[in-house]
Amino acid sequence: MGKMSISKALGSAMAEEMRRDTNVMLMGLDIGQYGGAFGVTKGLFAEFGQDRVVDMPISEAGYVGTAVGAAATGLRPIVELQFNDWITIAADQLVNQAANLRYMFGGTLSVPMVLRAPCGGYAQAAAQHSHSFESWFAFVPGLKVVLPSTPADAKGLLKAAIRDDNPVIFLEHKKIYDLVGEVSDDPEALIPLGKADIKREGKDITIVTYSFMVHKALQAAEILAEDGISAEIVDLRTIKPIDTETIINSVKKTGKALCFQETWLTCSVMSEVSAIIAEQAFDFLDAPVKRLGAKDAPIPYCPALESFVLPSVDDVVAAVRAMV
Amino acid sequence: MDAGLKKRMYTDMLRIRRFEEIVGDLFAKGRLPGFYHLYIGEEAVAVGACSALKPTDYITSTHRGHGHVLAKGAETMKMMAELYAKATGYNKGKGGSMHLAAPEIGILGANGIVGGGIPLATGAAFSARYLKNGRVTVCFFGDGASNQGTFHESINLAAAFNLPCIYVCENNLYGVGTKQNRVRKVADIADRAAGYAIPGVIADGNDVEAVYQTIKAAVDRARGGEGPTLVECKTYRHRGHFEGEPDTYRSPEELEEWKAKDPIKQYTRKLLAEGIVSEQDLGEITGLIEQEMAAAVQFGEDSPYPTPESALAGIYA
Repeated sequence: MGKMSISKALGSAMAEEMRRDTNVMLMGLDIGQYGGAFGVTKGLFAEFGQDRVVDMPISEAGYVGTAVGAAATGLRPIVELQFNDWITIAADQLVNQAANLRYMFGGTLSVPMVLRAPCGGYAQAAAQHSHSFESWFAFVPGLKVVLPSTPADAKGLLKAAIRDDNPVIFLEHKKIYDLVGEVSDDPEALIPLGKADIKREGKDITIVTYSFMVHKALQAAEILAEDGISAEIVDLRTIKPIDTETIINSVKKTGKALCFQETWLTCSVMSEVSAIIAEQAFDFLDAPVKRLGAKDAPIPYCPALESFVLPSVDDVVAAVRAMV
Repeated sequence: MDAGLKKRMYTDMLRIRRFEEIVGDLFAKGRLPGFYHLYIGEEAVAVGACSALKPTDYITSTHRGHGHVLAKGAETMKMMAELYAKATGYNKGKGGSMHLAAPEIGILGANGIVGGGIPLATGAAFSARYLKNGRVTVCFFGDGASNQGTFHESINLAAAFNLPCIYVCENNLYGVGTKQNRVRKVADIADRAAGYAIPGVIADGNDVEAVYQTIKAAVDRARGGEGPTLVECKTYRHRGHFEGEPDTYRSPEELEEWKAKDPIKQYTRKLLAEGIVSEQDLGEITGLIEQEMAAAVQFGEDSPYPTPESALAGIYA
């Protein structure tokens, strides 16, 4: 065990998996000599060289598509997009190709690739560098979607994603790259995809959430505890496949659910979670399921405007108080 | 080029032609679901190109892919069964005409996205270079696809990394229903190669030996570590973009002009003149092909459909 940041934990996961399997390799913008825009791949170029840590041209569709073809023919590429926002440029490669190839081809090949990208706001990076599109890709059969919230989860989930034989979209919130926590140094310590985690036990309300918002929920829970409100926090970790069992077990216990995410609510992950709870835990609910997320606006530049659009700890506290 | 290769190329072109004619006929009779984009008229490109490849080399194909797939070594029975949507098809009935795939013989799929195979082929070439397995990849695409952004991105990437990929543009003058000279100023797609600092070569797409020689040279370059080539084959499709299309956007004169250059008619005359085949040989070849196609159709007709529940299998590995 050791203490390290999410950034270091991710780098450690990639290094371990690259030592274990020579077919694991990296592609992305500025990941090699530069060490990555957020420093996540620092040190990997020095250890593994330019053939395994490959700097790409600014051609998101071209190099993500190349990764798909390489994955279909024997490699296990980890492709980094510099910002999740630009996943749109590569979306055809992910949705019409990567998600479909195994199925369309009758199971005669698979696409074992991981697409990693920094996501999220609260950085005054405005509308083309602040978004998070996990809900679009969770929609598509054939893809898996993962968002870790802690260093231990980041490392274990990334290792599992790399060993998964399917295309996995792995989004890392840019505001928690420097968050430090305990991390296993056991190279076989994987965290399975498709399993949520109870980050805080409670009995009065379930807050289902993921990624950076886990930490806002934890802060809100501390504040609420002072008033005797006990909030249970379910960290989804994997958005697709989603851990329905853990969500429902929690709601059965507490009887109330706040579905909390950073991004827009329309057709979102938490819209999906709300539907699951309504369908499967209706008899256990003491109140309607509520969603909390960003207001329906592109992310603005001005800090006060960004704070207005994106949810805050106070928003979580207020939402819970209105429900209990 | 030895006589055996010439006869094989002739035979494969005729196999493609007959397969496509039969598919067109079956579709018109309502025996086949889905949509068909037939390769009739372009046979020399697929056959010339694939004849220069080993079984372990890769190809990516297009929505007009039956010719590529057959030329690369696919079995007509399993192809036909897939068109019939039967469980015995190459894709277990899950893909159909536009997605025919046989990775075990290097066929990384026909693709329903125009240009969809271009990044995939680049990736196959990338893995071949990484794994040092000596394989090359031939990427088939049309002149319409050469306007896709991923054409630019993929070839730039392949050139920069010296990837063993041969980009084969089948320029048949049309992208779906639009004559491409209305939407593209460059007349010769091969000229685009200069923009990536790779060789761009034009071949007569109706001359199977010319296609073979051109692509063989590009394959040797790639296998020798000298990187990608862009090969443009001038060709023409005798049928519409898809079966059932009125094809009112092409003039009958243009069609007749190209039909006069039919690659199979040309090659028949050439092989007879050279004494590589006799009239009797041609009769035997034709007879065997008719038997093969009849067996393929029977296999398609007789095979079972996949179960409806199998729709949920094979999504994830």
